[in-house]
Amino acid sequence: MTDASRTVLEMRHITKRFPGIVANDDVSFDLREGEVHALLGENGAGKSTLMNILYGLYHPDEGEIEISGKPVRLGTPSAAIDAGVGMVHQHFMLIPVMTVAENIVLGEEPTHAGAFLDLGEANDRVREISERFSLAVDPKARIEDITVGQQQRVEILKALYRNADILVLDEPTAVLTPQEAKELFEIIQGLTAQGKSIIFISHKLNEVTEVADRITVLRRGKKVETLPAEGATEESLARLMVGREVLLRVEKGPANPTDLLLEVENLHVFDDRGIEKVRGLSLDIRAGEIVGLAGIDGNGQTELIDAMTGLRGVAAGTVTVAGDDVTTASAYGHFNAGLGHIPEDRQRRGLVLEFSIAENIALHDYRQAPDSRFGWLYPRRLIERGARLIKEYDVRGGGAQTRAGGLSGGNQQKVVLAREIDRNPRVLIAAQPTRGLDVGAIEFVHRRLIEERDEGRGVLLVSLELEEILSLSDRILVIYEGEIVGEFSPDASEEELGIAMTGGGRGQEAAA
Amino acid sequence: MSDLETPPPADPSGLGPEVKQSLLGRYDVAQKAGGLLAPVLTAVLAFAVGGLVVLVTTGKNPLTTYRAIFDGAGFNWFFPWVTGDERSIAALNMQQTLILTTTLILTGLAVAFAFRCGLFNIGGTGQYIVGAVLAVWIGSSFQNTNSLLHIFLAAIAGAMCGALWAGIAGFLKATVGAHEVISTIMLNWIAVFVGVFLFGLGGPLQNDTQEFIPISNDVVEGAKLPVFWGDPLLQGLHVGFFVAIGALVVYWLILNRTTLGYGVKAVGFNPEAARYGGISVSTNYFLAMAISGAFAGLAGAIDILGWQFRLSTNDVSGLGGGGVAFVGIAVALLGRNTAVGVALAALLFGGLLTGTSTRNLDPEIFKPELASNLTLLIQGLVVMFVGADLIVLWLMARMRRRKPA
Repeated sequence: MTDASRTVLEMRHITKRFPGIVANDDVSFDLREGEVHALLGENGAGKSTLMNILYGLYHPDEGEIEISGKPVRLGTPSAAIDAGVGMVHQHFMLIPVMTVAENIVLGEEPTHAGAFLDLGEANDRVREISERFSLAVDPKARIEDITVGQQQRVEILKALYRNADILVLDEPTAVLTPQEAKELFEIIQGLTAQGKSIIFISHKLNEVTEVADRITVLRRGKKVETLPAEGATEESLARLMVGREVLLRVEKGPANPTDLLLEVENLHVFDDRGIEKVRGLSLDIRAGEIVGLAGIDGNGQTELIDAMTGLRGVAAGTVTVAGDDVTTASAYGHFNAGLGHIPEDRQRRGLVLEFSIAENIALHDYRQAPDSRFGWLYPRRLIERGARLIKEYDVRGGGAQTRAGGLSGGNQQKVVLAREIDRNPRVLIAAQPTRGLDVGAIEFVHRRLIEERDEGRGVLLVSLELEEILSLSDRILVIYEGEIVGEFSPDASEEELGIAMTGGGRGQEAAA
Repeated sequence: MSDLETPPPADPSGLGPEVKQSLLGRYDVAQKAGGLLAPVLTAVLAFAVGGLVVLVTTGKNPLTTYRAIFDGAGFNWFFPWVTGDERSIAALNMQQTLILTTTLILTGLAVAFAFRCGLFNIGGTGQYIVGAVLAVWIGSSFQNTNSLLHIFLAAIAGAMCGALWAGIAGFLKATVGAHEVISTIMLNWIAVFVGVFLFGLGGPLQNDTQEFIPISNDVVEGAKLPVFWGDPLLQGLHVGFFVAIGALVVYWLILNRTTLGYGVKAVGFNPEAARYGGISVSTNYFLAMAISGAFAGLAGAIDILGWQFRLSTNDVSGLGGGGVAFVGIAVALLGRNTAVGVALAALLFGGLLTGTSTRNLDPEIFKPELASNLTLLIQGLVVMFVGADLIVLWLMARMRRRKPA
């Protein structure tokens, strides 16, 4: 890419207000032919709003958009598609039971005699495009049978099939393994080489510096800066994003593991559809260590956590917490045995959003003194405890009687964290504790988990983010298809882990 | 921490992100967002549309019609300038309104309590009937019991039986997941026909002295609730009114001051989070239904002991098609499941039902035969507008937004 490249997209002085907030405040953004322009910002910084304006989902209150030098009004997504904008959403919009080609041509199918679907033609056209842009997929494969990485390619092909010149990729690596992410970056290079322009939305600093030509940083709805990727460091970008210095690397001393606290032996668990998702898994966690459980989504992590915390029945095997066999105990029994559980979905499971912060903090304990006595609840005691923890955990955005649903994601997570840690558990199971959080909140959660370790608790960290696993864990276990397929030390490389996560090198134990 | 200052996720609807949650979540938000204004607006809207119907179909002035209903309900009793005969008539009407309000508070609470646990108890009718049956049975037996004990026994038995009846639906929901709407409707009909069987000719509880009338024995004098306002012979207001007020307090206390209420609300708002928190979802489904049924059963018992004193097959089968338990749904919806809201909505509907009854509405102004249909019309409109309360909120949000501009 050279500076002489033509500008294909120009968004000028875009302002979009929603009741109570300005989601985009005078944001200007431009895209040149054949470049990758990353849009970087924390949650709520206005990235999605800006892209939804470009995709015709929102109308800007102020500002104008030009595509290839011509002013456009993008009233609907179809207008945006006609103007050459293609969007790959974070959550794929594919029909699992249909084939790749059927999904791609959906809505613009080639036909015989104007009425009958010409599937042969569809397959040929899909094959032709996929070869031109080196996006290898089998047009006849069914979506449900292909990997997530391939599904993403189908989404890209869908946009290319509709002649998109501008591709918006919304957090594209969130669902990918490290290998798949590498492949995606190669695909992106291939696309730009053929003149496509790409907007890459992300909040991951390392990949932005790797893949982008230019980077625009948004903070609280305002554009902070557009800078060339060359010369930008993760630290400098983090500072622009958050507006202050951020500790990117977690600082922690060596672990000092002592007593065995959590023991899982030969566990078998079935999911709701009766499929065996955990197949003879064993693991143990000692006091004073963080054990990271790495794996690609859907390899039994959810079922394992549910079974360990009493939320799902165990078909065979045992779970022991500090010597107590809790295999058949209820969720309440697990909590009382000394297990803390930060659930992977704080909104669906971790919090009752309609309850106040104080009420949410009492979720496990409201039946016990001092919260209640003989069934009589003392709301003032709940509020007092809530207020204390709000202070201690720096929860912002409301007081003890504020609805939990009104808090930002990071502060909601702090409420969950406060509740689980304040109960003084012996073992803390943290499932995706930083999912959807921004840099500042992630820093807080990480620091807190290490503090818990140093205070002698055992921590099981389950995460889909390899980087998080690598930087926090003292020991890393890799789960694949419901079994532990390897144990690694924290100096293992992402590649090694990635191979184990996809089932390669199965049964082979790396240096522990 | 930094994520505090970042704005919440954008939402074009202007209602905040909460709107996309469960029905109950929406309800809760609506309750807090709209405050008192939204339900009042809902009622006003329903009355306005009802008035329009009056105007278009009969050509009568809706305002004088509503005024006549207002007086018929005895609400003019509150005006100090109403004196003499007019005042005594107003008092009589007011007593009737409050008798109905008593029932509607209880049937409204029955719906509201289940609602708080995310359940729709549409079976108030059946629970009301079994409560009434028990009360009439106990009330008409045991001739020479201590009056207080007798009343207490009959009322408690009615409430317990209602709890049991609704508990069946709760148990089915908790164990096999049978939808409570279906099972409570079915239980309604079972209750109706049990009643018809009991009081029908030759039935086990049919009248001892009049063998050709399908009616129960009368409640004995000692088991009748004392009248504290008006003449017992003219169906004055009985002390059941205070029982209903007490029930409102109990309702509020359970929900806000007990662990039981905490669990019920947690399950209602987010069963998954409740389960994660260690709360048994199925136990709470059962308990919520049983408590809900106790309110409805108590309503049936209070009506029997307070003014009805007997139960005929006609009464029972009449209830099957609607009746006070169904109005309870509208009361709970309009009252937004809060104690105060239920009380006010029960007063409104109690007044409406009394004010449009053949006996109370001035036939010069509006044909009473039509007027009772007007009640049903307004009731239907309220339920519809409450169901569409997001429209009302949206209108309010728009108005608010337009003002500063």
